[in-house]
Amino acid sequence: MSGELVVALRGVTRHYGQGEALVRALDGVDLDVFEGDFLALMGPSGSGKSTCLNVIGCLDEPSTGSYRFRDVEVTELSTNQRALLRRHYLGFVFQGYNLLPRTTAVENVELPLIYRGVGAAERRKKALQALDDVGLAHRADHAPNELSGGQQQRVAIARALVTDPSLLLADEPTGNLDSKMSHEVMKLLARLNKERGITILMVTHEPEMAEYCDETIHFLDGRVLERGGG
Amino acid sequence: MLWTTFVLAVRQLARNKTRTGLTALGVMIGVAAVIAMVGIGRGATRAVNEDLESIGQNLLFVVPGNARGPGGRGGVAKPFTDQDLAAIREQIADVDAAVPVATMSTVAAWGEETLRTSVTGSSAEYLRAMRWEVARGRDFDEAEHTAGSEVCLLGDTVATELFGGADPLDATLRADQFTCRVVGVLAPKGQSSFGQDQDDFLLIPIRTFQRRIQGDRDIATIFVSATEDADSQVVKERLEALLTERRHIREGAEPDFSVRDMAEVVAMLDGVSRVLTGFLAAIAAVSLLVGGIGIMNIMMVSVTERTREIGIRLAVGALARDVLLQFLVEAMVLSGLGGLAGIALGLLISWGASAALDIPLVVDPLIIALAFGVSAAIGVVFGFFPARRAANLRPIDALRHE
Repeated sequence: MSGELVVALRGVTRHYGQGEALVRALDGVDLDVFEGDFLALMGPSGSGKSTCLNVIGCLDEPSTGSYRFRDVEVTELSTNQRALLRRHYLGFVFQGYNLLPRTTAVENVELPLIYRGVGAAERRKKALQALDDVGLAHRADHAPNELSGGQQQRVAIARALVTDPSLLLADEPTGNLDSKMSHEVMKLLARLNKERGITILMVTHEPEMAEYCDETIHFLDGRVLERGGG
Repeated sequence: MLWTTFVLAVRQLARNKTRTGLTALGVMIGVAAVIAMVGIGRGATRAVNEDLESIGQNLLFVVPGNARGPGGRGGVAKPFTDQDLAAIREQIADVDAAVPVATMSTVAAWGEETLRTSVTGSSAEYLRAMRWEVARGRDFDEAEHTAGSEVCLLGDTVATELFGGADPLDATLRADQFTCRVVGVLAPKGQSSFGQDQDDFLLIPIRTFQRRIQGDRDIATIFVSATEDADSQVVKERLEALLTERRHIREGAEPDFSVRDMAEVVAMLDGVSRVLTGFLAAIAAVSLLVGGIGIMNIMMVSVTERTREIGIRLAVGALARDVLLQFLVEAMVLSGLGGLAGIALGLLISWGASAALDIPLVVDPLIIALAFGVSAAIGVVFGFFPARRAANLRPIDALRHE
């Protein structure tokens, strides 16, 4: 807990539905994330770990509570301002990779840079650099369906990294991968955390993967059960 | 940013060739259907109208006998005379031309070739009254009319069938009852609306007809054309009054002649062509609607299918308006290309149909603009709104969309 406070959740809830069918996906979560953290969010299915990650990533909105990102109260931001926060500070890695189909690896990695208004030449240079960082420079011109799952996930990580985000959010990044590839991806994330000091929040249900993290946060029934060293 | 968006949109379209092709095809068919339908319909209408115009709208036929049956109630009605003709010309207002017309079937021969056709005798104003043009050679001159010279003008069918490739001018043509020197060939009018070949006849001066065929100076029929802005009904009444007097018909008695009015026939056909035009407008509207719904469907389906892509774009930092701009540009490019292809296809079909059905090719820029405009607008609107709906979802909901 060396760095500055990046994310502070206080009493965050996220409810779906109404009345009888009300689902409390998050039921009062307090969570602090500091710069340089590498945290694993764990818990059984439906415990709220993914919802928590989505709220932090501004992909979802809390029903009540306070979410501060650095000095900003995110719950008071407009849709556009939250999009800008994603654009400038956040990077995402999903379980299902979520690459654009029929689009080459390098073009997928360029995508966030397009929305940042980076020129074509600069874009290509940075994207190739990011692919090189994840060891896929030689696959730059392949479409996702020509890549293995591990390779696709590494392209997705390159896409998340290319903007130098303050916070990398990974939702079950190894969920679709076999054991060998999973370890490769985890090693890559751990290296990015150590060498570049990127703050990483990762949802996983595999204790083996959580081993790579510094700390593990256990969720149960929409609440943080305990926080402990990895 | 706009240029980047355009490039990205085009690239995105190029990546999904099947989807792009099918969507553009939807727009193309919509546009082509409207243009072809209206084109063919307009062509058919125009073909009918041209026929009507070639008949001569203000024409009245004066024939001996009662209108209720050929020859009246028994007995042969008295024919007309040169004096009747002169009286019509001099005493009736609004008469542009009054010409005697006598017709007889004949067999024309030239060299070895023979042709069953008809011969018409008339006076100098016949060509003008019946809207004939001399295509080659010349009309009869004054002297030939007065003298009843043995000269003739050929209808186009007679010229082609009898002479083939040979030049009929100055040739001597034999008919059953006479011979004549060809002085000219008439421009073709083609089939009349009644399915009759109007070019299948030869024309000689009325004097020649009377001398060589009839053997007397009677006039069988008189064609009267009223002036352009005259009411043919009024002219008809005047004709009836004049001839009743000249032919000494007692008041209240059945006249032994009748005046038939072309305008009545024309009015009827005009009504038909008006119905046709309305029918066409309805077809165009239906084509536009059907095409539009097709475009709407394919746009909505293709954009809804891309909800996840929209979610990805939002997650990596796109604003809703970035996504919208991209989809808008894509829809415009698609609709534009599809629309242009549709115009080309529509014109091609119109052209093919006009050649196959032998109707004029009618190209109406207004219809093209309308078909293109409406289809493109539908394409853009229905490409835009599903995209807007998706872009305004929570990114996580868009991402989870399957």
